[in-house]
Amino acid sequence: MSPNSTSPVFALPHPLPLDSGQVLEGCEIAYETYGTLAPDAGNAVLVCHALTGDQYLASPHPITGKPGWWERMVGPGKPIDTNRHFVICANVIGSCMGSTGPASFAPDGAPHAMRFPVITIRDMVRGLVALLDGLGIARLHAVVGGSMGGMQALSLAANWPDRAARVLVIASTARHSAQNIAFHEVGRQAIMADPAWAEGDYYAAEAKPDNGLAVARMAAHITYLSEAGLTEKFGRRLQNRDAKGFGFDAEFQVESYLRYQGSGFTRRFDANSYLYITRAMDYFDLAEEFGAEEHGGKLADAFAGSTARFCLVSFDTDWLYPTAESRHIVHALNAAGAKVSFVELSAPHGHDSFLLEHDQLNRVVKGFVE
Amino acid sequence: MSLRPDLAAIAAHVAPGSRVLDIGCGDGALMAELESASGCDARGMELDGALVERCVSRGLSVVQGDANLDLANYPDKAFDYAILSQTLQTATRPDLILDELLRVGRRAFVSFPNFAHWRTRAALMFGGRMPVTRALPVSWYETQNIHHVTVEDFRDLARMKGAAIERAWFFANEIEIGAPAANWRAEFAVFELSR
Repeated sequence: MSPNSTSPVFALPHPLPLDSGQVLEGCEIAYETYGTLAPDAGNAVLVCHALTGDQYLASPHPITGKPGWWERMVGPGKPIDTNRHFVICANVIGSCMGSTGPASFAPDGAPHAMRFPVITIRDMVRGLVALLDGLGIARLHAVVGGSMGGMQALSLAANWPDRAARVLVIASTARHSAQNIAFHEVGRQAIMADPAWAEGDYYAAEAKPDNGLAVARMAAHITYLSEAGLTEKFGRRLQNRDAKGFGFDAEFQVESYLRYQGSGFTRRFDANSYLYITRAMDYFDLAEEFGAEEHGGKLADAFAGSTARFCLVSFDTDWLYPTAESRHIVHALNAAGAKVSFVELSAPHGHDSFLLEHDQLNRVVKGFVE
Repeated sequence: MSLRPDLAAIAAHVAPGSRVLDIGCGDGALMAELESASGCDARGMELDGALVERCVSRGLSVVQGDANLDLANYPDKAFDYAILSQTLQTATRPDLILDELLRVGRRAFVSFPNFAHWRTRAALMFGGRMPVTRALPVSWYETQNIHHVTVEDFRDLARMKGAAIERAWFFANEIEIGAPAANWRAEFAVFELSR
């Protein structure tokens, strides 16, 4: 277990089978809960986190001290109301905030590092389902997720159709596109090009591949924002200077901002976890899991057995997982006869809009999850 | 909450417990009525995102979509009823929409403002300009009604499509009127079709 995490940890009572055919022994999942589980366990809401998120959904992060990543959405009287619902958020396997991942120790006493098996979104969800079993929750009132969290929600709905009554998927996709994979590959190559990465075996070393991880984060961060948002926030303004310096310092405000985002990220995230989780996202293609011969051909088959209600939300400026991806899922759900809602919301901030204050999103989430 | 007269007529004639698709569902008033009063499984489609958000916020299953494009994904006869209220005249191709309605629904309800109502005729005949009336309150250059239709036009279209008119209701001054001379007297019409 990571010393960084203060969360309760669920030790799986059995080895976790993985899509690769391998099994994960001694798997642990760190999680946080908010609110009280009803006696019939019928009020549980599982919130799934995004690529670099963690279980600190609505409570302060132990490393950064910042508020939980979705405190504006989850809490007493909030759209996901912890006075009514028992809200669970767990660190996915492969991550680095207390759940088993490349940084945690293998049975031989050394960190797994690159010996950690390559995992998939479905493997993450398999871990979450084991946690739900451990908590005595047979059927979730709702599963909710944005971005990679939305992929988990879709995977749960498709693979364990009885486990959730409502499925809320925000700013997400049923498959990673070539462009999505391409951006992730830039990030992975940045990490692996850092000499300190040392084939992933850096845990005992003094230097970590922080430079590579920071560049990966910088590249990814651009994909989370919109051009208009960047222009509005930074324009071509210079940072702490009146004129160009004819050098390569972070002269533009946007450069300074990205460097800050990159270096801040390395304090709380493990480079190998970044490799594993981006790989899992790249492998994600829900239609392919259900035997479709070509992409999107029969995504409807993934939802054939579902009795859940679905809600999909996209943002008009999100070019990472654009509205067309959500619409593609909606069409498949329509074809499967599922009960589905879908709305494209307007927001200036690109993919990250789902994490920011948005009155309409609040109302949609509240109306759907209630 | 009182429904618009054409919606009330539809609500009164949807069999309880039916599966219903309301195309152009607006703020979801009809869907809410069908779910609460008739125990229907109601789904909606609406183009306007703000209206969709209101529907979803009140717990209705509504998809933001364009009836001209997004009906194609629903399987044949997925619904007992497909409802198109006051939307036909805004469609790019009303004839193709009608085909889709009769494909996804076992029955269809279609309501529309009747362009042959005497007030519209009089406005055109004596005013010489595109009518702006109680039933059609928006000027020609900004109206969403791009395919004006009359009661008789619709009967012709239904016949051409091989659709049987099961029932029809006509309204003037928000009150139901009889079928005689409906093409003159009705401001709004509702048809129930099957094929």
